[in-house]
Amino acid sequence: MVTYIIRRLIWAVVMLTIVSIITFAIFFLVPRLAGATSESLAARYVGRTASAEQVKIAADKLGFNDPLIVQYGRFAKGIVAGADYDYGPGVERCPAPCFGYSFLTRLPVWPDLLDRLPVTLSLAIGAAVIWVLAGVATGVLSALRRGSLFDRAAMGVALAGVSLPIFFTGIVSLVIFSYGHPFRITAPGGSFTPFEENPAMWAYNLILPWITLAFLYAAGYARLTRAGMLETMSEDYIRTARAKGLNERRVVVKHGLRGALTPILTIFGLDLGLLLGGAVLTESTYSLPGMGKYAIDAITNQDLPKVMGVTLVAAFFVVFANLIVDLLYAVVDPRVRLG
Amino acid sequence: MTAPMDVTGGDTEATPEAVVDASGDKAIQGRSLGQIAWMRLKRDKVALAGGLIVIFLILVAVFAPVIVGLLGQDPTQFNSDLIDSSTMVPKTGTGISADHLFGIEPVNGRDIFSRVVYGARISLLIAFLATLLSVVIGTLLGVTAGFFGGLVDSIISKTMDVFLAFPLLVFAIALAGIVPDSAFGLTGDTLRVSLLVFIIGFFNWPYIGRIVRGQTLSLREREFVDAARSLGARGPYIIFRELLPNLIAPILVYATLLIPTNVLFEAALSFLGVGVRPPTPTWGGMLADAVRFYTIPHFMFFPGMAIFITVLAFNLFGDGLRDALDPKAR
Repeated sequence: MVTYIIRRLIWAVVMLTIVSIITFAIFFLVPRLAGATSESLAARYVGRTASAEQVKIAADKLGFNDPLIVQYGRFAKGIVAGADYDYGPGVERCPAPCFGYSFLTRLPVWPDLLDRLPVTLSLAIGAAVIWVLAGVATGVLSALRRGSLFDRAAMGVALAGVSLPIFFTGIVSLVIFSYGHPFRITAPGGSFTPFEENPAMWAYNLILPWITLAFLYAAGYARLTRAGMLETMSEDYIRTARAKGLNERRVVVKHGLRGALTPILTIFGLDLGLLLGGAVLTESTYSLPGMGKYAIDAITNQDLPKVMGVTLVAAFFVVFANLIVDLLYAVVDPRVRLG
Repeated sequence: MTAPMDVTGGDTEATPEAVVDASGDKAIQGRSLGQIAWMRLKRDKVALAGGLIVIFLILVAVFAPVIVGLLGQDPTQFNSDLIDSSTMVPKTGTGISADHLFGIEPVNGRDIFSRVVYGARISLLIAFLATLLSVVIGTLLGVTAGFFGGLVDSIISKTMDVFLAFPLLVFAIALAGIVPDSAFGLTGDTLRVSLLVFIIGFFNWPYIGRIVRGQTLSLREREFVDAARSLGARGPYIIFRELLPNLIAPILVYATLLIPTNVLFEAALSFLGVGVRPPTPTWGGMLADAVRFYTIPHFMFFPGMAIFITVLAFNLFGDGLRDALDPKAR
């Protein structure tokens, strides 16, 4: 078990390194392929009034003329040890972990992201609880009553659910429940109250995004759970369990569901990891100030260091979530061999 | 499976697709997988309905200029005379009339019907081309990994893992956002469409790749491959003549199910303002505009429903296709 964990950890670190190299390479190469020069990039940082000479010096000092590998080395070192940015008029300190420094706002990226994290965490985890409970329960019931009215209705709704974009259901939900007055149950989008400040307000502001986001995912999970349950419930070991005289509840939950849970766990890890990296669409639909909104704002302002920082942090969440899932596998699925 | 009681369970009656065409003179007909799938598909009314809507949508996209031409409303033409100049809302509330079937937009009064029709072009074009790109890359690398195994397999599989670890949406937005309006020798809509096709297609191939690899792994060990090999067949022949024909069914199914995902993806990018640039109409872009005018629901209704119906139709058809092509399905 210990060797397995260590091996898995090493692979996670390798993966993060590869992802960071690719991310860096793409954000280094694409603007240049598209016609940007070191000077035009530096010009964005020293201000409009700077002379051509000053821009050239800044580009040199920021290392924009160095080869890709040197620039990546500096970037990677910044994440571990922090970095100093000397762009001419002054030196800016970016403490570790330095995921880049925005010269437009004169701020390091990491503390900004830390500020945004509670919003995204609240949104993702709250929605995840709802969608897992609702999705798995619907899927199990549908599978047990295959072909019944409930099954067909639930699967119809689920298929519609996976076909609806969140930015459509989101706007519709706002019109019905928030902007429109008859059913006003929540504050209009755009407000977030930290949990520690006022838990009731926190939930009140998030309930609409939670439900909309959860509906989308629950639909997919219900379909997946149903398919998995139909498969495991026809396995021989279910018949064995019944033959042993176990009550039906135990057969379904302990034997059937446990077998069907593995693929769901995999998907759940990926989904949650992706959401933690920024629920971009939900956050921009409801104007929630999370990491996804941060990414969008950074792109709108063409603030490359921010874009790169947020992409990397998002990738970190996905890799981390995958790691956790792989480790949990051993607990959930007795068939998993560690080695 | 030795238990005799099994006979009573399951369906014991012979399925007609397996054997007989009783009406004709010929007693027994062999049927190819394609014929069997088509017979099953014909019986699946829901999937068939999905397929018909898909064909309808493709026709709408292809003949968009003709359809819009019939009503004579250009998708980018302003109709300021129909807009109440103080509230910026259409004078009649929605602006729905014989000329403007879906009404007009607030502020500049563009015809929503023709914009939705033209939106189908961008949406389907990008979704199809991106799917094609994913399928080509995914099949190529999937077959290679599965067939050669060993080091080649582990490199390709690890590459797929890395791709799947990318925060796809954040990355796609970032990439689509940093490319200026003129790059790679392309400009305007051509540049945006190619860029979106490339981004969406290039990051989705591992999903197809994984499935193809898995199928190849199991096909490789089958007797007919051994037979071909013992007759002297080499790698390329086995891949193209023995393996690929057997991979077409799963590839077709997952390609059909990838298209709606890509429709949603394109709509999301357009919604976030990094898709095809205005004034070219896109469904996602129209929804983004509609957010500011939530008091006039018809504005968000039509593009939203267009996305929903398109994605639903492809999903229904894809699900049906999967059931029809699955030899294990009842």
